[in-house]
Amino acid sequence: MTEILQPSLPGLKRRHAAERRFQLYGKLAISLALGFLVVMIGVIGANSIGAFTQTQVALSIRFDERTIDPEGKREPDALAQANYGALVKASLRNAFPGVKGRRDKRKLFGLVSSDAEFTLQKKVIADPKLVGAIQKIWLVTSDDVDQLVKGNIDPSLPETSRRLSDREIGWIEQLRARGDIKRVTNTSFFTSGDSREPELAGILSALVGSALSLLVCFVLSFPIGILAAVYLEEFAPRSVWSDIIEININNLAAVPSIVFGLLGLAIFLNVFGLPRSTPLVGGMVLALMTLPTIIIASRASLRAVPPSIREAALALGASKVQTTFHHVTPLALPGMLTGAIVGMARALGDTAPLLMVGMVAFIVDVPKSIFEPATALPVQVFLWADSPERAFVEKTSAAIMVLLLFLVLMNLVAVVLRKKFERRF
Amino acid sequence: MPAYALHETMPSAAMDMKAANEPLIAARNVDVFYGDKQALFDVSLDIPVNQVTSLIGPSGCGKTTFLRCLNRMNDLIDICRVTGDIILGGKNIYDPDVDVVALRAQVGMVFQKPNPFPKSIFENVAYGPRINRLAISKTELKEVVERSLAQAGLLDEVHDRLEAPGTSLSGGQQQRLCIARAIAVEPKVILMDEPCSALDPIATARIEELIDTLREKYTIIIVTHSMQQAARVSQQTAFFHLGNLVEYGATETIFTAPTDERTESYITGRIG
Repeated sequence: MTEILQPSLPGLKRRHAAERRFQLYGKLAISLALGFLVVMIGVIGANSIGAFTQTQVALSIRFDERTIDPEGKREPDALAQANYGALVKASLRNAFPGVKGRRDKRKLFGLVSSDAEFTLQKKVIADPKLVGAIQKIWLVTSDDVDQLVKGNIDPSLPETSRRLSDREIGWIEQLRARGDIKRVTNTSFFTSGDSREPELAGILSALVGSALSLLVCFVLSFPIGILAAVYLEEFAPRSVWSDIIEININNLAAVPSIVFGLLGLAIFLNVFGLPRSTPLVGGMVLALMTLPTIIIASRASLRAVPPSIREAALALGASKVQTTFHHVTPLALPGMLTGAIVGMARALGDTAPLLMVGMVAFIVDVPKSIFEPATALPVQVFLWADSPERAFVEKTSAAIMVLLLFLVLMNLVAVVLRKKFERRF
Repeated sequence: MPAYALHETMPSAAMDMKAANEPLIAARNVDVFYGDKQALFDVSLDIPVNQVTSLIGPSGCGKTTFLRCLNRMNDLIDICRVTGDIILGGKNIYDPDVDVVALRAQVGMVFQKPNPFPKSIFENVAYGPRINRLAISKTELKEVVERSLAQAGLLDEVHDRLEAPGTSLSGGQQQRLCIARAIAVEPKVILMDEPCSALDPIATARIEELIDTLREKYTIIIVTHSMQQAARVSQQTAFFHLGNLVEYGATETIFTAPTDERTESYITGRIG
């Protein structure tokens, strides 16, 4: 009798070994996936850090009255139109009196971003008393200086293989030695639109463009998708037609997004003549792309509502519509919302359809409505990745980080909504 | 032309028939098909008013199918087809001009597995009266809810937590909540599809007591697998076998002196 629990079953050891082996495979697969994720985020994150700081140079600017306001009336118009670039140039000449010759001077003036004159202009308009004074002003450097300070340009390379010549590096070293160069947090990355100058480029216009497009996408695709799903699942009689529709919706969900872009180009732009490059058209194209996802997810979550709930309501004398909208849809709503948000997250990250409807344009201004030209975050990533300047590498990575952040946020919202509305039955 | 409203003509019709001792429901030559498969064969049966009629028989014999014909719940199944007549209060409920929504407000149903809505106890009971416009104001609704819960013998247990979710109750309480929900719309008939099969003996006993008291106001038709239950709660019993109505009569007769051999085999436990 003591032998009862001896593991004498034939093959028992092998069965246990098989289970252990399977668990090991599972753990390996998960660690591999996590490893890739960490490497990807790590590399992009490390690359992006530079974009969140910018280099500034201190110049002592003489706000020369003869240059800014020769008539001395301090009229805002006159102050706005003055040649502030000349002030910057004069200051640089003073700082490096030894520089002669046009080419060298051009290089010297190139140390400072082209934005510097607008910085001065804003300061003077805000405070006209500056005119006539001499003040030390921190100005944004050009992207090449910025890259050198951040260590992305290697001064030990031969002069011809780098963007900065020995002379320029010499000037920067001098400025550094005087303590006139510093790195500060780059808030303009979040507050300005795109620019040809990497040191000035920001993601705000792309961010707003994405937000507006997603808004249009949600407003169109969520109600249409849910109504279609509710009708197909709860009302439509099963027939050949409903099968054909179902198959087509499943196929549409797998259609490459660029095809939807072409459709948008052909129909929304060419037939309806809607304004090109706008979040309106972008959102409509994304809505086309998101609709199948929402319909499929909504149908699945409607199907998951137990039939007993429908029977309970119908047996009380509720009509079909009452049953559907009082009982079934509320129970399916968390699943529908999750599906919608997953679809929207895909739409947020999609580039190809937006390229087709012109949202790839170079947009500097932040769009104020869905009818103004805009670009979107993933398109901005695409544009910056395509730019030759070294400084755009970190901008690209930073834009990707912002995009990923928003994806994570959207998925978190999906989880929270699901938890909040989930009801047991 | 408006759909024939059972709601308006039913009560007086039911009263007349009660006086004449006529059946409330008369099924005539009912055949039911699921696709090509026939599930019920030529069932004819009269259900008397204010009595409990139990439908018994082995699994798959068609008793639930028959029950679901009585409030046209079978309409929900695409491939289901019903022929024959089911006369309720002088009107064939399968006539094209009968509004199925009005029918179901008159013929309530309690299901095998308790299926309260995932809402509060109050909302569970108030839903039916509200959509059927039996009670409009908040106070009327509260009255109906409390009366129905009291009739279902549940009020004492839940009166202080009407806002608690219906799903938080125990199985037996949930089933009584479903009964309260069904009677809140004041139907004429209550169909019960194995209402105790998911409950323990104590909860079952409570439901059986309840059925006995509800009989005074409602006509009840109950499908059950338990012959003891059929014997305890019903006045009429119908025995179904393989889609046929084998025998139908007073419960006492069926259980003490069945005329059909199959009935005898079933109630003595030899088939089933």
